[in-house]
Amino acid sequence: MTKKAFLFTLALALGFTVVGAARRQQPPPPASPPPQQPSEIGATISSGAVGAPPKYAVPDFIPLSTDPQTVAAAKTLGQVLWDDLNYEREFYMIPRDTYQTIPAAHGFTDVPFDAWRELGTDALVVGTVERTDGGNLQVQVQLFNVKSHQSVFARSYTGPATNPRAYAHTISDEIFRQQRGLNGVARTHIAFASDRDEERMPGTVLDRTVKEIYISDYDGANQRRVTVNRSLNIVPAWSPDGQSIAYTSYRRGIPEIFLSFIYKGTLEEITHGPSQNFLPAWSPDGQHIAFMSDRDGHDNLYVMDANGGNVRQLTHGSSISASPTWSPSGTEIAFTSDRSGTPQIYVIGADGLGLRRLTNESYCDRPTWSPPPYNEIAYASRTGPGFDIKILDLETGQIRQVTFGEGSNQSPSFAPNGRHLAFSSTRTGHTEIFTVGRDGKGLRQITTKGSNYQPSWSH
Amino acid sequence: MQIRRAARTAAMVGVSFMVLALAACGGKQPPVARPTPPPPPAPAPAPAAKPPAPPEPVVEQPPVVPPEPIQEDTLSSSSLDALNRNSPFKDAFFDFDSAELSADARAALQQDADLLKKYPTWKITIEGHCDERGTAEYNLALGERRAGAAQAYLVSLGIAADRIRTVSYGKEFPFDPGHDEAAWAKNRRAHFVLTSK
Repeated sequence: MTKKAFLFTLALALGFTVVGAARRQQPPPPASPPPQQPSEIGATISSGAVGAPPKYAVPDFIPLSTDPQTVAAAKTLGQVLWDDLNYEREFYMIPRDTYQTIPAAHGFTDVPFDAWRELGTDALVVGTVERTDGGNLQVQVQLFNVKSHQSVFARSYTGPATNPRAYAHTISDEIFRQQRGLNGVARTHIAFASDRDEERMPGTVLDRTVKEIYISDYDGANQRRVTVNRSLNIVPAWSPDGQSIAYTSYRRGIPEIFLSFIYKGTLEEITHGPSQNFLPAWSPDGQHIAFMSDRDGHDNLYVMDANGGNVRQLTHGSSISASPTWSPSGTEIAFTSDRSGTPQIYVIGADGLGLRRLTNESYCDRPTWSPPPYNEIAYASRTGPGFDIKILDLETGQIRQVTFGEGSNQSPSFAPNGRHLAFSSTRTGHTEIFTVGRDGKGLRQITTKGSNYQPSWSH
Repeated sequence: MQIRRAARTAAMVGVSFMVLALAACGGKQPPVARPTPPPPPAPAPAPAAKPPAPPEPVVEQPPVVPPEPIQEDTLSSSSLDALNRNSPFKDAFFDFDSAELSADARAALQQDADLLKKYPTWKITIEGHCDERGTAEYNLALGERRAGAAQAYLVSLGIAADRIRTVSYGKEFPFDPGHDEAAWAKNRRAHFVLTSK
């Protein structure tokens, strides 16, 4: 076995280990929900005041077993669910440190509604956690209308005890769906490239630090490594079905596109040289991948099937075409080109026709098309010594900014509900991943270790 | 500080000796009005009082090191790593956001072409690099264009294209980690790596 082959096998083996962990941390499959409560129909909890968001309270869950793990899980569930529900800024979340005066309930039957009402609560989450005989967790949760004392939402889940946060994320997404008709993002993930492990690249006399692909929960929890090939692995792109990550890897010496099925632990090499291939971008149906290649002697865009077959050229000529992103309908591709002299954002039909220019600024790159219902393209734009994230509304042609010169801000990626962006920023001194609302509010730092680049938000 | 204090002490000692000498003279010789040859000019006290002048630094001529002759034997017998550590190739440098070959870059590439002609079995990879000011994604394209420009020029000078691979590292591997023009200038380059002999 050659050294290369050995490393490759090792990578696969280790990849599988990581993946095993990742799979265990998948949110528990919701147990068949109890039959819908009669009160659940049309049970949106609103605020007493017109136009104000309803006020939510999420105290710690109630541990029904006394072992330390269950007690800790009960605390975690309350805190994480509060954070999840706060993230979409649809509700007014009553701070958890104001709940101290309210007597703790022991279950769903002794909830002190009057005390919660006094605190101004409109909607109250009550949950219990119990350790089952098999070592699993059983989590039950209800959402109460504090005014009417009615339970408007009730769920029960049983699953592994390894990651209590996953239960909170599932509950949050379901509450958003029921109360707001909104797709939450609490169960999504963010992939990114990082140099955090400070490994040196082999095979060169120069001192070079590798980058590997990592994934994280949407809120920065559970960060773990996906690739282990001690090379440059950059610009990950999460497949629409969430099962795989395409990325650019230099493990063969030149950049090629690989596809890592992170839950199966398999790896596919979908471009095979001798040209350089970079920057994979998934079509919304997951059937195709657009990418940049120098196979005709220039940097042009190509589209291939997701297994690497059936390659066709999308852009032509000697100017640079880079950073493709698909429209939600899959009929158009936005990209960066310097055909005007500076890097600007363009759009071309997926059939290669209908090229048009979108930006006229100093230097723009990494367009990212938002998912529906918004029809927007986010991109990095040079605004001074560094870059800021801007969003172009394709309906109105208006451009708004979501970062304002704090460090250099690059590589935007939309959350699957279009309401948030992940991006990299140098504002802390290192390059780190942040998320922010599409209105520029609600900034949250996701990474803190090493330098971290090019986030891709899962679907 | 210490030198200055020593100098002051030396000056004081010198002056004291002179005062003593004059007093001794005055005591033995009563003043007589007769023509005397003009006294020899009093020895200038200054030299004695001056601190010893610090030795003037001798401006060394930079040693004339004859350029190391490129000996066929050395290059042929060195390992790839040794050669890449002390590369006989010259890198080509670029202006900001540009892949145009300057006169300097062409001169460097001419020398690289001569070297490749002298060693016709050698194969190289040209790495394209960018400074940190652009975006990571677009710089992958710019680095590719820089490596490609260097490759095309070598081919135009008669080097077979199949001896040259190119790889773009964008801004991923800066040679100088600094954040100023001096560092950026070093990082915008086509870098040569010998991959087989």
